[in-house]
Amino acid sequence: MDNLGRDSAVLRPSSWRGAVLLRSEYPDASPICGGTDLMVDINFARARPSGLLDLTSVQGIDSWELTDGGRTVRIGAGVSFTTIIEKLSGVCPALAQAARTVGSPQIRNRGTVAGNLATASPAGDSHPVLMACWARVEVESVRGPRLIDIDDFFVGPKRSALAPDELIRAVLIPAATGAQQFAKVGPRNAMVIATTSFALNLDVAGRRVGTGIGSAGPTPLRARAAEQMLEEAMADRWDEPGTVDESLARRFGALVAEAASPIDDVRGSAEYRRHALAVLGRRCLTWALADLSREAAA
Amino acid sequence: MRVNVTVNGVAHSVDHVWALESLLDFLRERVGLRGTKNACEQGECGSCSVHVDGVLVCSCLVAAGQVEGCSVVTVEGLASDGELHPVQRAFVDAGAVQCGFCTPGMIVAAHSLLSGNPDPDDLTVREELSGNLCRCTGYQKILDAVHLAAERAGAAP
Repeated sequence: MDNLGRDSAVLRPSSWRGAVLLRSEYPDASPICGGTDLMVDINFARARPSGLLDLTSVQGIDSWELTDGGRTVRIGAGVSFTTIIEKLSGVCPALAQAARTVGSPQIRNRGTVAGNLATASPAGDSHPVLMACWARVEVESVRGPRLIDIDDFFVGPKRSALAPDELIRAVLIPAATGAQQFAKVGPRNAMVIATTSFALNLDVAGRRVGTGIGSAGPTPLRARAAEQMLEEAMADRWDEPGTVDESLARRFGALVAEAASPIDDVRGSAEYRRHALAVLGRRCLTWALADLSREAAA
Repeated sequence: MRVNVTVNGVAHSVDHVWALESLLDFLRERVGLRGTKNACEQGECGSCSVHVDGVLVCSCLVAAGQVEGCSVVTVEGLASDGELHPVQRAFVDAGAVQCGFCTPGMIVAAHSLLSGNPDPDDLTVREELSGNLCRCTGYQKILDAVHLAAERAGAAP
């Protein structure tokens, strides 16, 4: 708040408490961290907020930690995709995979998972992984903090459960206990908004299967029927997954595709997206089971 | 709004900065450094690449007000005492420049890559320069230039 003069419209709180107070006091100022979404809208005159609430100088916001006896990773809102790739590929392998597909080095150096969430685009690269990992979003306003389950977070295209006076403080993700995979389809390897994407989490400790679908519906989606089918199929083989069963992988992929509700748009047709999701679902399961088998054999 | 920032080692204190102004516009129009190019304004092309506190960013996606107190290095800050930086020299020698518009961003990104990885393989160079578009060269000479800069740095005593 020290840098807040009368003519100043970039608010730069140094503490989290200060950021929460300013969010409430200046509701028309847009929160900004990496700026990789917001600045595009500003540069193209699609957004004209009365000012900016810059979170990059908030103490501690760019750090991450293991909590809950090492079972959960708490990723601060200012942690960049580059940091996730460099530091968290062990505890959040699918999130690190997704982070590697974000934009370019320049974008990964600035962009954040919390920014993905705040924008709430169905194409956000983090989202399928957050769904597959049953992440929770830690938000706070002057009214107090709360945790939002990822299944309740996305309410429509670019619309989330975040209240106008709330800020995202961190994302809580259970540490991986089995195998995870993320895959994305787009016209080139870099600088691509997903045509569609898929994440799979085989949670060995919890005996659970998590999935997430990106860019194939108004919000990121969960493939519940695929999860249930695979949980039943895995019931007696979590610890010894054995060889990959081709027909199981195909059935899984088909259920993933069925869970999507894609549209035709500039990035691809609905038909192509469904087809791609069946392929991504099959591949992710094949890769993940191979990873599990390798670990079981080791 | 006033912004205090160090650019290429020189402290600047600039008044009347617009709150929504990008670092790119700030550098070009307020500080007068036009080596940093303005093309896509959406982070796609990399021609506005600069370092902010040592981190490679697209200056079009950073608000000028966010760099308060930071140190920014632009392409103009790489050469010293009238001598081209070795990465710049390598771009000249390898013939990696055609129209030249992408070159400043390409050189800043290549400089960033080589600072962290003095001997990158080809895939790494492609990945690390994937945020910088060139519509002239077909990229081969640019890859050659990065490898040339790496080789020369490796050969230097």
